[in-house]
Amino acid sequence: MQQELKKAAVAKGDVARQPNQLSDEIAVKISGLHKWFAGFHALQGISLSVRKGETVVVCGPSGSGKSTLIRCINRLEVHDKGRITVGGTLLSNDIRAIERVRADVGMVFQQFNLFPHLNVLSNLTLGPIWVKKTPRAKAEQTALANLKRVRIEEQAYKYPSQLSGGQQQRVAIARSLCMNPSLLLFDEPTSALDPEMIKEVLEVMTELSHEGITMIVVTHEMNFANMVADRVIFMDEGQIIEENTPEEFFANPQHERSKLFLSQIL
Amino acid sequence: MTGVARNRVLDWIKTNLFSSPFNIVLTFLLLFVATKLLWNFLDWAVLRAVWGGDAETCRHGAGGACWAYVRDKARYVLFGHYPYEQQWRPQLFVAIFFLLSLLTQFKRFWSKYLTAAWVVLPLGAAGLMWGGFFGLTHVEMEEWGGLPLTLALAFLGISASYPIGIVLALARRSEMPVIRALSVIYIEVIRGVPLISMLFMAAVMFPLFLPEGITISKVVRAQVAIIMFASAYMAEVVRGGLQSLAKGQYEAADAIGLSYTKKMVFVVLPQALKAVIAPTVNTFIGLFKDTSLVFIISLSDLMFTTQASLQDADWLGFTVEGYIFAAFVYFVFCYFISFSSSRLEKELKV
Ligand SMILES: Nc1ncnc2c1ncn2[C@@H]1O[C@H](COP(=O)(O)OP(=O)(O)O)[C@@H](O)[C@H]1O
Ligand SMILES: [Mg+2]
Repeated sequence: MQQELKKAAVAKGDVARQPNQLSDEIAVKISGLHKWFAGFHALQGISLSVRKGETVVVCGPSGSGKSTLIRCINRLEVHDKGRITVGGTLLSNDIRAIERVRADVGMVFQQFNLFPHLNVLSNLTLGPIWVKKTPRAKAEQTALANLKRVRIEEQAYKYPSQLSGGQQQRVAIARSLCMNPSLLLFDEPTSALDPEMIKEVLEVMTELSHEGITMIVVTHEMNFANMVADRVIFMDEGQIIEENTPEEFFANPQHERSKLFLSQIL
Repeated sequence: MTGVARNRVLDWIKTNLFSSPFNIVLTFLLLFVATKLLWNFLDWAVLRAVWGGDAETCRHGAGGACWAYVRDKARYVLFGHYPYEQQWRPQLFVAIFFLLSLLTQFKRFWSKYLTAAWVVLPLGAAGLMWGGFFGLTHVEMEEWGGLPLTLALAFLGISASYPIGIVLALARRSEMPVIRALSVIYIEVIRGVPLISMLFMAAVMFPLFLPEGITISKVVRAQVAIIMFASAYMAEVVRGGLQSLAKGQYEAADAIGLSYTKKMVFVVLPQALKAVIAPTVNTFIGLFKDTSLVFIISLSDLMFTTQASLQDADWLGFTVEGYIFAAFVYFVFCYFISFSSSRLEKELKV
């Protein structure tokens, strides 16, 4: 009941955000993280802990290293220095450990990256069947349930190219959910969408946050950050410049660069 | 043709063929030459041709093509020295290939069973040609020749070089430097050597390296050379497909935790191979025609039997007819492959 009220309130945007229930368990712990691209120092000593159930929004100017940071968490990028622990597993060159972490961490990309040769249902069941060894019938059942969760269950047998951008992105979210992830990473999930489709994707993300899924979201949607995030992280030039609750961050930014960024984006 | 379409054709003709006095002259000149050539050919191939009888009939004919030669020699050209009264066996072999290819044209027949048939039936047919059971006389491989040999070399060549080419292409893009280097060296060396010299090596040099007492039939050696050759070209075609795939596809597959093999099998290869159907078929057709080079190391494929048929003392002097017939047979098969590929592209909606 309270959940319902809160959802309605958030959708209307007229009630202050209510923080998620956070446990003390750590989902991701990053310390002293460095990353170089052929001499270019893209991440310059990032330290960050994300608690279970927390929704963290990462923002900052383009090229500040936001994508690189979250791509290090599921090792789409290999970091050069520092430690990343995801769900208790320390990321190293151990390919089995990496695959285990990836199976447990969902990622939603700016460009959706659905598999165009597979229909929506097969996009959703590929991971569960071949990574988690779920029986096909069970995987399809879960897939349909997750399509319902993102409100496109009627599109299960279409191909990605037959869907709108917003629908594709919701399928991509459902694809991540089918792996029953303990952490979801979003890399600018609405940046490739037309304005009228941004809302439907943000709504789904808001619900997921309220359901208690741990999320790290790179986005420029400051309204979403304000309403949904438990914490906002501002990055610039490969460093975390400021880290605060959304209330504080938006009302009272501490750093010159944060102020400049906010003045440009709001 | 609708009025609009006719106008468009007329416009095209006007702007492209009759736009200046020079163009007008050129157009008529080429038209004249083309007509003349076509007429001369028809005159030779149809009007003055001899359709039956023997070499003497041809020599006393009107000087046109001697199709009597093809009638007399077709069986030999197509089936070589295979015992004449047993030639229903190679005929069945060819028919089976034809039937399977025909069925494969239609998506509704695609199934495990068709794949199995592609393995079992050609093997069965080859066994039939070999004989030695159910009262069938055994026929030595040396006597097999003509079309079945060409088909077998091409079919095995294609079915082996395709997967090997895929593996080579994946190796060339591997993150392991040693594997990548091996693949690059293999591909570049093979592509730098003409097929003929590889066939000679297979025929002449390779036996020298074998330990005493071990022999490998020349057909097998030639087959291996063809497969090695075609694989390198296949690899480059597949590599093009792999490169055409957006980076996001690899990343999405990685992000759900698929292992390398599963990523390739379920995400990357289905898309990459589909993207390069046309150049793949191009390579297949090239391979089919390249098998004709084995005549140089005296394997009696279609090209060899064609040449051998020209040596018949009774029928000397009908070289052109012989080669036209061989060209026709090659054309039928290559066109069939090409036709099948455009059907396949349509079925898969590329
Ligand atoms: N694969 C790469 N090769 C070289 N430079 C890269 C690569 N990926 C990112 N970079 C550079 O690293 C910096 C941070 O990039 P990124 O993490 O994508 O920034 P953001 O997501 O904040 O816009 C940028 O300057 C970008 O040009
Ligand atoms: Mg980015």
